[in-house]
Amino acid sequence: MDPESGVASAGSFIPLNEHEQRFYSGLHSLCQADTSGKLSSGKVAELFKASQLPPEALHRVTEVCGAKRLGYFGTPQFYVALKLLAAAQSGLPVHLESVTANLPLPRFAGLKNEPEMRYSTVPAGVDGAQGGAAPASVPWTPADRSAFRHLEASAEKKEPWSPPRSPSSSPPRSPLTYRSYTYSKQRNGADSQTAYESKHSSRPMVQLEQHSSPRNYGTKPSVEHPAMARASSSERLEQQGVDDYSDDDPWRITEEQLEYYTNQFKTLQPDLGALILGAIAKNFFTKSKLPIPELSHIWELSDVDRDGALTFSEFCTAFHLIVARKNGYPLPESLPPTLRPGYMQQEEDVPDTPESAEPLIVFEDAELRPGQMDRGVKERLQPSLAATKQDLKEEACKQDVAAMRVQTSQEKRTLQLGAFPERPEPPHDLDTQMRTKTRPRSYSSTSFEDAMKKAEEPPTPPPRPQKTHSRASSLDLNKLFQQGAPGVRSGWLPPPPALPPRPTASQVSHFISVSEKTPQTKVLQPNFADFSRFREEEESSVKPDKQGPRSRFGRSTEDLTNASKQDVIGVSHSQAPQKPVRRKYHPDGQNLEAAPPPTVPFPTPAKSAQKLLSKQKREIQMAIRKNKETNAVLTRLNSELQQQLKVVHQERVTLESQVELLRPLAST
Amino acid sequence: MNYTSRANNYPLYIRSVPTQNELKFHYTVHTSLDVVEEKISAVGKSLGDQRELYLGLLYPTEDYKVYGYVTNSKVKFVIVVDSSNTSLRDNEIRSMFRKLHNSFTDVMCNPFHNPGDQIQSKAFDGIVSGMMVQTG
Repeated sequence: MDPESGVASAGSFIPLNEHEQRFYSGLHSLCQADTSGKLSSGKVAELFKASQLPPEALHRVTEVCGAKRLGYFGTPQFYVALKLLAAAQSGLPVHLESVTANLPLPRFAGLKNEPEMRYSTVPAGVDGAQGGAAPASVPWTPADRSAFRHLEASAEKKEPWSPPRSPSSSPPRSPLTYRSYTYSKQRNGADSQTAYESKHSSRPMVQLEQHSSPRNYGTKPSVEHPAMARASSSERLEQQGVDDYSDDDPWRITEEQLEYYTNQFKTLQPDLGALILGAIAKNFFTKSKLPIPELSHIWELSDVDRDGALTFSEFCTAFHLIVARKNGYPLPESLPPTLRPGYMQQEEDVPDTPESAEPLIVFEDAELRPGQMDRGVKERLQPSLAATKQDLKEEACKQDVAAMRVQTSQEKRTLQLGAFPERPEPPHDLDTQMRTKTRPRSYSSTSFEDAMKKAEEPPTPPPRPQKTHSRASSLDLNKLFQQGAPGVRSGWLPPPPALPPRPTASQVSHFISVSEKTPQTKVLQPNFADFSRFREEEESSVKPDKQGPRSRFGRSTEDLTNASKQDVIGVSHSQAPQKPVRRKYHPDGQNLEAAPPPTVPFPTPAKSAQKLLSKQKREIQMAIRKNKETNAVLTRLNSELQQQLKVVHQERVTLESQVELLRPLAST
Repeated sequence: MNYTSRANNYPLYIRSVPTQNELKFHYTVHTSLDVVEEKISAVGKSLGDQRELYLGLLYPTEDYKVYGYVTNSKVKFVIVVDSSNTSLRDNEIRSMFRKLHNSFTDVMCNPFHNPGDQIQSKAFDGIVSGMMVQTG
């Protein structure tokens, strides 16, 4: 009922003169989103914004034309809305009666302005854009914009008469380059932006003729001719958008896109002249959630030198292809000429627009985040890295326990990056958590954060691998945990679960120092000692007065001369605590004076040195007590470990026999 | 004419041009694997050379020739050519294998390609088709 009356209204109820009809139908096709007759609200919103009316007026327009009621813009609503926009722009009240007035065509600020407006606001996020002018009812995400832009461009492919419209309304198409073309050719000489805002009847014709010439620059003539034919009859304002109207449109990288790609490249590889390795690029592009075969194809297209790595231009090419693909373009079979690296070099000569790069693509889990997350993540990462190095002790004990339990991905990231092994948590928990953290990291469909993490991790000595005791012992505690080896009791779980968490951990460490259980469990003990050492380090850092006992431990830990362990612990800790740890483990044993390392986290060596005697006595006694307790604990652990050892030996034997069996089969 | 590459004895890629009786080619290639492996283990020292497996007539009835080639990573390329077309010269076959090897390494360079997956590279397909068309 409504549509019919609306249609009637479009034709007769609202008197549209010939110009208006053409114009409106042009705009209508511009906003045409789907065949059901509903217009894309995003595009309509864009158009409304281009009218440069205040938001209240736009709201009113939406209301009056009936779109608000309907929830969408149908053709009649759209036409009414356009009329109302014209009315509003002429100063008439936004009311249905105004529709009947004989109004000039609604003016839409050159959509070329829009990208600048948009892009300047977008870095602040969509909210900024919304807060700016968009009607609240129309969410305006980058997805919409890019979708709009590309749908326009794709629409141009399908409908020969739309090319003049769609490219012009696809704003981010290197407006500056286009401007340079047209300005040089403008016959009327006026500034195109202001000019066509004022006069629409004659200008579009002129402009379209102008467009025909830039269009001749490497664009497809088949598209031009219908475009020109249409141009002569239609009046379009938003001409200044694009420089090329051809099907190459989606394959041309605009300035904004180039900037964005550059920033992305920098996040992966700071040096613009260097290569991005294949694995890094793979992880990065996998985040776009494109299917792997397509990504593979994109890679093939973009890696022109076939070296398994991407140069900057190759990266931009690949990125652009992904962007295009995400916006619905089919992948080309061969690299479009505009995407060839040589071409890209030319484009870079064009002066960059002042707009900041904005997320043009819709990485689903990082839509806005590329713009925001880059900085946010990086900032968070770096301070977290720095923080972990200094604030480790304080934070570790308190925050990490809680934080680890209730981890968001971001916390994970923060924690992952530095604070791993200092947890007082049982190493088993650490293992599982680390494993869970590593699992999302392992392959595709993760967020940008992982790319950041990857970039960040190489600089910092990744604490995680230490847990695998890569150099430590033949028996890998982690593997034992994973395999759930029979005989692994919960008590095995790391020394700590058997013990009441923290205080005993230090006891364990104390105990270890005087332990005589080196023979069989020496191999395993370092593992204990690692964890307990961590804890002990934390403890000691938290209680700086423990210099004395620790130094004693240093002396008595001669048996734990495992250099790898030393490194393990050293690396796994942040920078500061490394020194004390290493010193303790020096086989020569430390005397009291040498032991207390004069590093930052241990500010009290001076104090302890002064009050050495009195404190020492007390602490010696405490230590002895604790040692005895840990002694008992360790004996128990020892027996458990021995059991484990037997089990593992058996497993090893069976595995070896299997290998023997399979060897002839595998020998090819 | 048929081309296959196999890694660990399962086909990564198989393509045949004139007739589409791929199954027969599958079978042929598989049986020829035995011969290839025999040759590999026999030679021993210079693995990965552009060795050639020239069988001549496998079956007197269906005269076709099977050529083999092994890469350093034990990926085997097998080309089956009908003897009906004017027999290709040895060096032609060698150059074909070289091209195949090059495009294969290109495929492998693609980080999105996991070794052991079926090869789904269009460029690779293109090269193979080109070769097959050219040789009939």
